[in-house]
Amino acid sequence: MTLAPEAPRPGAGTAGPAISLRGLTKRYGAVTAVESLDLDVAEGEFFSMLGPSGSGKTTVLRLVAGFEEATEGTVLLGGQDVTAAPPYAREVNTVFQDYAIFPHLDVQANVEYGLRVKKVPRAERRRRAAEALETVRLDGYASRKPHELSGGQRQRVALARALVNRPRVLLLDEPLGALDLQLRREMQVELKQIQRDVGITFVFVTHDQEEALTMSDRIAVFNQGRIEQLATPHELYERPASAFVAGFVGTSNLLEGDVARTLVGESGPFVVRPEKVRLGEPAEGLEPGWCAGEGTVLEVVYLGATTHTVVRLDAGVRMTVADHNDETVAAPSGDPANGAAHARRDQRVRLSWRRDHLVPLAGTAHEEESR
Amino acid sequence: MKLSRRARFLLGLATAVVLAVVYAPLALVLLNSFNADKTFGWPPTGFTLEWWRMAGESEGARDALLTSLEVAALATVLALVLGTLAAMGLRHTRFFGRNVVSLLVILPIALPGIVTGIALQNAFGTMLGVQLSLFTLVVAHATFCIVTVFNNVQARFQRLGGSLEQASMDLGAGPWTTFRLVTLPMLRSALLAGALLSFGLSFDEIVVTTFTAPDTVQTLPIWIFGNLFRPNQAPVVNVVAAVLVVLSVVPIYLAQKLSGDTAGAAAGAR
Repeated sequence: MTLAPEAPRPGAGTAGPAISLRGLTKRYGAVTAVESLDLDVAEGEFFSMLGPSGSGKTTVLRLVAGFEEATEGTVLLGGQDVTAAPPYAREVNTVFQDYAIFPHLDVQANVEYGLRVKKVPRAERRRRAAEALETVRLDGYASRKPHELSGGQRQRVALARALVNRPRVLLLDEPLGALDLQLRREMQVELKQIQRDVGITFVFVTHDQEEALTMSDRIAVFNQGRIEQLATPHELYERPASAFVAGFVGTSNLLEGDVARTLVGESGPFVVRPEKVRLGEPAEGLEPGWCAGEGTVLEVVYLGATTHTVVRLDAGVRMTVADHNDETVAAPSGDPANGAAHARRDQRVRLSWRRDHLVPLAGTAHEEESR
Repeated sequence: MKLSRRARFLLGLATAVVLAVVYAPLALVLLNSFNADKTFGWPPTGFTLEWWRMAGESEGARDALLTSLEVAALATVLALVLGTLAAMGLRHTRFFGRNVVSLLVILPIALPGIVTGIALQNAFGTMLGVQLSLFTLVVAHATFCIVTVFNNVQARFQRLGGSLEQASMDLGAGPWTTFRLVTLPMLRSALLAGALLSFGLSFDEIVVTTFTAPDTVQTLPIWIFGNLFRPNQAPVVNVVAAVLVVLSVVPIYLAQKLSGDTAGAAAGAR
C-alpha cells in the first residue's frame, strides 16, 4: 500500500501490454538459447517463466533487462522499442539470484541507490527508501551493513532496492532459490501480496513448479528455448499441453500407444494425475465412464499428507496413485507406510480413473498453445 | 587437524629457527647502528648516537631517500592507472590472444632485472633517442610495478563477478557512475594492496635502476651500494639500513590488515 505510485507512470493506464516480445531470438555461437519467442505480459500481471535450467527462461529475463543483446527480434516495454537500449535506460528493475547487494553500502544507501543515481532530492530519497523498507518489513534495518543480514533479509533489501524506483516491470531471477523451504514458502505469499499492493508487473523466473503455481497469474513453461505452454496455473495443471509440461508441473501418468489402447481404447497420448486415480481390490465392478487396469504394487511411499502408491499394471505401464492420508489414525504401527488404508508391496490391486480425467496431449511435444 | 605434542613441539621449534635466521641479522643491523666500534666487532664495545647524528646530517642519504620516494610514488601512480585499465580491459572480453596479453603484462616481474635494464637502456638510447632521466627511471620501474596492481585487481574482479555492476546499471547508473560508485569502492583495498607492493618493489630496486637512471639521479639503494665500502660511510649506511627495516614494517602491516579486512568483507557479501 505504501508504495502505490503517486503519479501515473508515463504510458501506464494505456491498455497495451507491459512487455511485448516479438520474434525474440538469442544465439550463442551455434547454441540457440531462445528461439523466435512471441510473448505479451499484461500490465499489473504476476507472470512466471518456469522451466528446467538451460531452457532459456533466464536468458529471456536478461534480454528484457538489457544485459544480453538480442540476436533477432524486438523487446517492447510499454509499447516502446528498447531492443537496443542499455540496461540503465530501461524502465525495469531486477532482483538478482545472488541479490547483488552492494557490500560497501549500508541498507539505506543500497535502497536509495537508484534514486541517488537519478538525482532525486535527498529528502524524497529518504522518505521513499523508508517506505520501501517498510513494504518489505525491514524498517529499523536501514543502518545495517549487508554482511550483518541473513539471506532472507538480503533478499528483502534487493526487493526494496528495486521497488523503490517504481519500475514499469520488476524482473525476479529465481530470487527465492537460496532460501530454506520454510522461508521460501513465507516469501512466496509475501511476494504475491507485495505485488498486489504495488500493482507493478512482476516477471518471475523459477525452476520450482510449486513456486510458480502458488504466485502466478499466468505461467509460461519453457523447454529448449521455446514456450511449451502459456496458461493459468489451474489450466497448466489440469490440462497440460504436452508430456513435457505434464511431467514438469506436478506428477503425472503418461498413457500412450498400446498401453493406452488396452486401458482406454484409444492410442492417446493421455496423461492422468495421480490424485485422480483410485486404488481398489481387483475385479470390482466398473461404473460407466471409468477406465481401469489391474497390476501389482511396486512401492508405497508415505509423504505425510499423502501416500504415493506405485503400481506396475499388467498392461505394461507404471502408474502412481496419490491418496490423502485423511483416514489414517495416529495409532502406533510397525510400519507407517502400511497403515490400514494402504496397499502392501506385491499386493494385487486395481486402478481406476474417470474417463474425463484423461487429458489428451497434442501429438508433438512442441506444439504451442500459447495463442 | 590434530597434532601430537611431539609434532607441535617440532613445528614450533622449526618456526623459531626460521624466524631467528631471518631476524637475528636484522636485529644486528639495528644494534650496530648504536655500536661505538667502527668495525662492528662482536660483541659491541660501547653505545653511541654518533652514527645517527651523522646520518641525519648526510645530504647524500637524504637526497637519495627523497629521490627513491619520488620514483616509487610516480611509478606506483602509473602502475595503478595502467594496471587497473589493463585488468578492466581483459575482464569481459574474450578475444583471440587474451591469455597472451595477460601473460605479457605479468611477464616483466619474472624477467631478470638485468635483462629488463639492458633492454630498456638500449631502447631509450637508440630506438627512442631519449636521454636517461627521472622519467625513464619511472617508466622502467612501472613495467614491473604494473604487475602487482594488475594481479590484485584481476583477482578481485574474479572473486566478485559482474553482478554488482549489472545491478548498478539496472538501477539506472551509466558506465561512468557505475565505475565511480561501485567498481572503484569494490577495488579500493585491492588497489591499496597493489600500490603498497608496487611501492616496495620500486623502492628497493637496484639492477634496473643502474641501467635506466642518469648519474644525476641517485636512489637510496644505489647510494647505499655506492657508500657501503667506504669505511667512513659504513656506519651511516648501517643507520640508513636500520631506518629502512623499521619503515618496512608499516606497509607490510597495512597490507596484511587490508587483505584480512577485505577477505572478511567479501565473505560477508556472499
